[in-house]
Amino acid sequence: MAELLQHLVNGLVLGGTYALLGIGLTLIFGLMNVVNFAHGEFYTLGAYAAFAALGLAGANFFVAVLAAIACGAALGAVCELTLLRPLRAESIDTTMLVMIGVWIAMQNAELLVWGGVAKSIPHPFPTAPLRVFVLVLAAGLIVLSYLLIHTTRLGTAMRATFQDRDTAALMGVRIGRMHTVTFAFGSALAAAAGALLGPVFLAYPSMGDLASLKAFSVVILGGLGNLPGATLGGLLLGLAEELGAGYVSSGYRDAAGFVIIILVLLLRPAGLFRKQERIG
Amino acid sequence: MSGARRAVLALLVLTLPLWLANPYFLHVVIMAGIFSILALSLNLLLGYTGQLSLGHAAFFGIGAYTSALLTLGPEWSFWLALPCAIALAALAGFLIGRLALKLRGAYFVLVTISFAGVIALVSVNWMELTNGPLGLPGVPAPVLGPWSLRAKRAYYYLVLAAVLLAYLVCRRLVGSRIGRAFVAIRENEALAESVGVDVTHYLVLAAVVSAAMAGMAGSLYAHYTRFVSPEVFLFGYTVTMVIMVVAGGKGTLAGPLVGAFIFTALPEALRAVTSWQWQMLTYGVLLVALVFFLPRGIVPAVRAWRVRNAP
Amino acid sequence: MARPERALTLSVRDLAVSFGGVTALAGVSFDVHRGTITSVIGPNGAGKTTAFNVITGYLSATRGRIEYERVPLTGLRPSAVAARGVVRTFQRTSVFPSQSVADNVMIGLHLRGSAGVLDVMLARRRLRAEESRLAREADALIEFVGLGHRRGEPAGGLPYGEQRLVELAVALAARPRLLLLDEPGAGMTTAEKATVSDLILRIRDRGATVLLVEHDMRMVMGISDTVIVLNHGRVIAEGPPASIQAHPDVIRAYLGSARDRA
Repeated sequence: MAELLQHLVNGLVLGGTYALLGIGLTLIFGLMNVVNFAHGEFYTLGAYAAFAALGLAGANFFVAVLAAIACGAALGAVCELTLLRPLRAESIDTTMLVMIGVWIAMQNAELLVWGGVAKSIPHPFPTAPLRVFVLVLAAGLIVLSYLLIHTTRLGTAMRATFQDRDTAALMGVRIGRMHTVTFAFGSALAAAAGALLGPVFLAYPSMGDLASLKAFSVVILGGLGNLPGATLGGLLLGLAEELGAGYVSSGYRDAAGFVIIILVLLLRPAGLFRKQERIG
Repeated sequence: MSGARRAVLALLVLTLPLWLANPYFLHVVIMAGIFSILALSLNLLLGYTGQLSLGHAAFFGIGAYTSALLTLGPEWSFWLALPCAIALAALAGFLIGRLALKLRGAYFVLVTISFAGVIALVSVNWMELTNGPLGLPGVPAPVLGPWSLRAKRAYYYLVLAAVLLAYLVCRRLVGSRIGRAFVAIRENEALAESVGVDVTHYLVLAAVVSAAMAGMAGSLYAHYTRFVSPEVFLFGYTVTMVIMVVAGGKGTLAGPLVGAFIFTALPEALRAVTSWQWQMLTYGVLLVALVFFLPRGIVPAVRAWRVRNAP
Repeated sequence: MARPERALTLSVRDLAVSFGGVTALAGVSFDVHRGTITSVIGPNGAGKTTAFNVITGYLSATRGRIEYERVPLTGLRPSAVAARGVVRTFQRTSVFPSQSVADNVMIGLHLRGSAGVLDVMLARRRLRAEESRLAREADALIEFVGLGHRRGEPAGGLPYGEQRLVELAVALAARPRLLLLDEPGAGMTTAEKATVSDLILRIRDRGATVLLVEHDMRMVMGISDTVIVLNHGRVIAEGPPASIQAHPDVIRAYLGSARDRA
């Protein structure tokens, strides 16, 4: 029983961070229609930012997470401005290729800067409270995201942009800025997820690959542009992985994400949660 | 290119092992040949039907493992193992084609990545069959009658024949009614259907042929390096394939060949100077730059330049 | 102008289509006679293009039957419908943009060829014969629509009116016995519309049946044998042009009235 509880807690912790990854990507992929294969690299960036803050600068955990968010947002904004904006008229395949390029470049840059050996990120608390702490922070960030999207003017402007761009523009919304903000926000969430999970596991340059795929898995499960769907999907994936690894086989734990993608796309392409409306 | 130039090129290619004695360079050429086949196969899906598959490493790996396992365990001849490898890879291609036929664009890409991911996990975890991360050493070299093809000079001709075969298949397909159907699907699927092009059928066909070719490349790779491990599923190979096709020129036949040679020779040339990470970093930046500045690839750009500067 | 009664070629019975809470077609029935030009008109949103989409297999019907030459068409995918001889064009310009006009038409000739994978690999001589036959047919079609001077140019770069001619040539390449034209005159100048009308008449004279959706009343009344009027997903009138022009329901549908805002 205790083991089951442990698995459930781990699953929720994992799920909470997957939810953050998924919300970020559902905004980028679901709304901006950008196939962001580099999403996982922002996750890695967040983990390394946390490592730098905690391990090198000796700051506390909150600061580390904030640093990660800041890095993610900044780099995300730069990417959007320099790479995506000029290509906005192009087909989705073109932006996909560009993001693949960013993916490769970022991962190998990280390899060069930090080396290939996994880094253990020092954490201020012993293991058990850390995971709970991570879960609480993740939940807090999810709630914050909701509030941002639904109660602030910025969030309203974002939703308007992606529901009907021309009308939004006529109403005075700066479309370009909304795209940049959305991409930065999504990337920041990914970085936050990395900072949260980094101390739980290890930080290594290729951690982003699986993170990207799992994020896509969550987005597909929850439905594109569907925030509650992404949250639920993230939790489901986390639980599925943990319970699967605990009771079925640990070697195949990462297969859960792949299998979800394949099954959902083949059987229920709109996702498990059939809400028609986009954005929350 | 003109007849005389073509004849000279053919002569050079056919006599290559005679004048390129350095085994290292010969190795590079052989690897470039194997990658050409991979690039041609990916080009069929990406360049002609317009579907990006990032899971081609799966077909490559299936071909490599099948060929290796059949020649190691039951000790079949390479000449029997090769068609089996091709067939199994083609079957995998058929499954992906049939199952993923409803999906387009990013979704198709995701399914191909997931498929490759699952296959990679299987190869690592199914120890009884694949020996897991340790891999399968000692894969025998092909034997043709009394001659062993183990030596690089002999293997070169095997790979050359395979490249020619792959090129011929692609060329015939592309220049035919089938090739036109592929392009129609890429350009305007609804319109293609309205004039009788069964999109499902042709996408599956492209997937099968593409996978079969990748499987052939896998088998050739296995019997050349004589060692197969889950490393064949490394995403780096897939990335390299994509760069070869995109940089060379997707939707052309010469493009993948040019791309394969450049991006096999280049890493080798750079190996002495920089590390693998710098190379891959450059690849990433290069891919972005290509999309912005040379979206159609090298071969079409060169052709356009020659047309503009024609006397 | 009395015409002898022609055989039925397309028969639509109680066709209904709803999706996402919207009823696009609420039970439509009409017949198209062989060798005629039949036009479907109606205000925007009346369901005209939806009807085309269902007939040619791009959309599923919620209920109803469609029969072409007494054989059901319901449930077939678009390429199978085309193989039966029913070809449609699209409301928004549809060509293969990067391909030349000649290559566009060659794609349209897909059903006129039969080479499969084995033929392409092995039966070279037969393939060459088929290809040259197809090339000749393509040339004839390009001449028919008057685009001979544009053969080698990419279709995507042509002016709008000529792109629509490419569309027509591609559709004709599939040798339709029933041709569905979706707003062939849209966005065209008077001169271009006259060209298209003339082409449609010649297509009819060659033995095909034409069903078209169109907004230009002069064009419709000028070339049609029968006019069908749709409104709010239902047929409200059907008959020769003269009777339709005087039909009170039709006039009301177009002009609309406060009472009709149902």
